[in-house]
Amino acid sequence: MTGTDRLFIAISWVIATCCILFLMLPIVITVVTSFTSSAVYTLPPPEWSLRWYRSLAQRAGLWDAVKLSLNLAVISTLISLVLGTLAAIAVTRGSFRGRTAIATFTVSPLMMPGLVVGVALLQFFREIGLRDAYWSLLLGHIVITLPFVMRTLLASMAAFDFSLVDAARTLGLSYPKAILQVLVPNLAPAYLTGGLFAFLASMDNYPISIFLTDARNKTLPIKMLQYLEEQPDPALAAMSSGLILLAIIVLLIGSRTVGLNRMING
Amino acid sequence: MTLRAERIGLLALPGLSFLAIIYALPLFMLLLKSVQIDGQFSLAEYQLFFADEFNRAVLWRTIRVALLTTLLALAIAYPTAIAMARAKGIWLSIFLVAMVLPMSVGVIVKAFAWTIIFRTRGVLNDVLMSFGITDTPVRMLFTETALIIGAANVFLPFMVLPIYAVLRQMDTRLPEAAASLGATPAFRFLNVTLPLSLPGVVAGSAFTFSLAISMYVIPSLIVGERQQTLSMLTARSFLYLRDEALGATISSILLAIAISVVLVSSWLAARLGARQ
Repeated sequence: MTGTDRLFIAISWVIATCCILFLMLPIVITVVTSFTSSAVYTLPPPEWSLRWYRSLAQRAGLWDAVKLSLNLAVISTLISLVLGTLAAIAVTRGSFRGRTAIATFTVSPLMMPGLVVGVALLQFFREIGLRDAYWSLLLGHIVITLPFVMRTLLASMAAFDFSLVDAARTLGLSYPKAILQVLVPNLAPAYLTGGLFAFLASMDNYPISIFLTDARNKTLPIKMLQYLEEQPDPALAAMSSGLILLAIIVLLIGSRTVGLNRMING
Repeated sequence: MTLRAERIGLLALPGLSFLAIIYALPLFMLLLKSVQIDGQFSLAEYQLFFADEFNRAVLWRTIRVALLTTLLALAIAYPTAIAMARAKGIWLSIFLVAMVLPMSVGVIVKAFAWTIIFRTRGVLNDVLMSFGITDTPVRMLFTETALIIGAANVFLPFMVLPIYAVLRQMDTRLPEAAASLGATPAFRFLNVTLPLSLPGVVAGSAFTFSLAISMYVIPSLIVGERQQTLSMLTARSFLYLRDEALGATISSILLAIAISVVLVSSWLAARLGARQ
């Protein structure tokens, strides 16, 4: 290695270190401000306090929003895992034409503007007379979660040895049983990764949900932006820290069972 | 005994028909609505949109912000991906956590944190003033620069990871072989590392650009109503103005941009793939 090489690598390490700090900055700032005793965002906090965490208990509608968001995220992810498994098997094992097009189509909602999908769904549901906010939200959230699941399942099934499924069938298992008892356990890392990212995407979605809610069904992101407009105090930082804790728990589950490297390559 | 391949294809039907009805059809109807007036084909809504100087300014701002966000993210991500591809052990774990944790924390949390940082009496101004760089607080929130920094921060992992993935797979002996043949570092970078990493750069840039062109939460929190983007204009025309024709038109423009990004990037990816 020449001196220029070393310099080049040293510079990339310096930038990489700054990049890590830059990425962690918003998370650290949020957590630190959530423990302030003051009503404004001064850093470092004049005194440490849990008052903003305690204030969350009295927030009207906060817990309903949390419950609705968890409900939507869990149910839409589960439905997506089922639909995604079937579609990914068809694309990987089928011999019909247009399989690549189908794969691209099922992953495409990831690249579409969320707001436009939300607007389109709002008008479509009105057209067909679906007025129930919960069902509209659930259908919308399946559109959010399905591409995450498809992306990881398609990648992992391409590398899966399907003769294992055939072997299980010659041993007398029916096709659905062979899928459930052989394929799904073998692809557990992909299911976990795809499912976790789908769950988090649903929990965080604002642009689609905002068009499908009504006064009684407000998801957590919608409620948070509403609080931010009405009373932007550090209670929001406390709520955010709760969400950061959720992300850390999800990450710990992922890294313990799958490994971080597989999570990002998933 | 295996299931016949044609019958396996049927397994795609539930998911496919779901997305066709609850995703493709509504988008198609929205597009249709933007080119129809009273059931007649008409581009009048588009003419109306582009005739307004305010709308043109919003369109240009949206594209400019998305481009600058992508460039800033790329400038930070490329060296980071190089370091990350060489990292081992604890450093690699630190990198992975630094990518995956911010990806798992929602965009609302991060955009909100940036409003704390950019506030006039906020973190960044405190730092600047304590170092004596400025005497009076600088107005940062509600500026385009703040928006680009915040957006690049949120989308950065989506830029780093695809580049890291291709660099990690690259045979490290290739640059070494070039070096042993007497190639200078600059020559090696331009002719070996850079071309091999291009598919990752294309994938990361396309994804970042399409996220940035349609972002809504980040500009609403960091710049607010003062500097509209196409997404904010869409939301406003539906939620407040109740001008659905305008909303459908802007949505279709956003959709057209998003679809062209997908098409151009997959065409580029295919060409890069064929060349190697």
